[in-house]
Amino acid sequence: MRYAMAIDTKKCVGCGDCVVACQTENNVPHGYCRDWIVESVDGTYPSISLEFRSERCNHCDNSPCVRCCPTGASHIEEGGIVTVTHHKCIGCGACIQSCPYDARYSHPDGYVDKCTFCLHRVQKGQNPACVDVCPTRCLHFGDLDDPNSDVSLAIKDRKWKVLAPEAGTKPQLYFLT
Amino acid sequence: MKEELFVSGRNIPNIDPYLNIWHWQIPLYLFLGGLAAGILFFAGFYVVRGKEKQMQATVKWAPIIAPIALVLGLFALFLDLKHKLFFWQLYTTVRLESPMSWGAWTLMIISPLAFIWVASYMKELVPGWNWKFSLLEQFEAWVIKNRQYFAWAMMIYAIILGVYTGILLSAFNARPLWNTSILGPLFLVSGFSTGLATIIWISKDEKERKKLSRIDLIFIIIELFLITHLFMGFKAGSETAIEAANLFLGGPFTVSFWVFVVILGLIFPAVLETLEIWGFHVPKWLPPVMILIGGLMFRFIMVEAGQITRYLY
Repeated sequence: MRYAMAIDTKKCVGCGDCVVACQTENNVPHGYCRDWIVESVDGTYPSISLEFRSERCNHCDNSPCVRCCPTGASHIEEGGIVTVTHHKCIGCGACIQSCPYDARYSHPDGYVDKCTFCLHRVQKGQNPACVDVCPTRCLHFGDLDDPNSDVSLAIKDRKWKVLAPEAGTKPQLYFLT
Repeated sequence: MKEELFVSGRNIPNIDPYLNIWHWQIPLYLFLGGLAAGILFFAGFYVVRGKEKQMQATVKWAPIIAPIALVLGLFALFLDLKHKLFFWQLYTTVRLESPMSWGAWTLMIISPLAFIWVASYMKELVPGWNWKFSLLEQFEAWVIKNRQYFAWAMMIYAIILGVYTGILLSAFNARPLWNTSILGPLFLVSGFSTGLATIIWISKDEKERKKLSRIDLIFIIIELFLITHLFMGFKAGSETAIEAANLFLGGPFTVSFWVFVVILGLIFPAVLETLEIWGFHVPKWLPPVMILIGGLMFRFIMVEAGQITRYLY
């Protein structure tokens, strides 16, 4: 099993619903967030292109944050989901430094926090909150090993990219372009 | 032209400044760790070489600073933790892939070694000292009998500690300025140089100081060589590495690095030490103080600048 997410940059309008849904679902403290939206403008007027990306932790296959964690608080759960055990985290910040996507932040309670792909929902067979709430249905979640899963079908016939593949982390967010 | 904006979630004051998560505690600790490693290495080295008599300050007096530096450094590390009460989790596991785990365990070994080393010389340092308990007296006698083994252990762990202060940073591939394997040897050499500077400052024996100054000169030259290689590597590297180097070659850290670290912290004290060896009168405190300040600044600059560098996608 390998959980992954596909983000359709052609459909995303940058509304920010995924950000709010995540904050509500996961009780993210006020002013913090586990996912965010990047608006990328390329070119010079009039030949200009616009891309919206809903970004979050890439749940990398070769995750540097798990490798550098001195206590084993950062670990890989079923399906490759990277999570942090709060009571094992000492808040040293090594994982924050090691993440090329800056997907982690220091929670006001001390431990390091990040996107969990809504593990608590996924275990019940539900989608992550951001996926369910998206009004344009641009987020696709599922198991890459299952050829009929939402995410496998989404990336099957489309061009896609991953972010900073040169970092060697084997990220699992697929941006459909 | 490519412009990227965070339209939601990011760029708000509570998050993005906090990605710059390491402040003064980490560079201070890296400095104190390197300093202690330098002092302990040379204390062990001259005992193994059987030169205790000629190198009094190196073997007996300077090591007093090492445990103090280690304790202060550990305290700085503790202050850096955001989830402080869980620090003991470091010692519930050994994680071979994590440099920080290596460091935690190395400190667990070298700190007691440093204390034992100083304690075993207490009777020579403080005339009339006695340990009051016979058990402690027996332990002291055992340490003195096995001092050669302690010296070897201290040398090995001093090298591990010195290299680790650099590897701690170089393990993060998301920060291109740090992500170079030369940082390990560079921090080791720089730490040993600051350790030597401290011993030279303390020592009252002209011959001992000259001898240590000669070794320190070699370390400074190796350090300059490694710094040159660091930038050569960056300039020949990928775009993220070139961007990292440009912070120091025209970027915001140019003056602080080249003037305060390289010129005032390495080249100038090296010239003064050479003059001293040739017999010119140089204020005894001047070269060590410059090396120490340079070493401290080097770590502050590296930690600060490294956190600016990142992958842009």
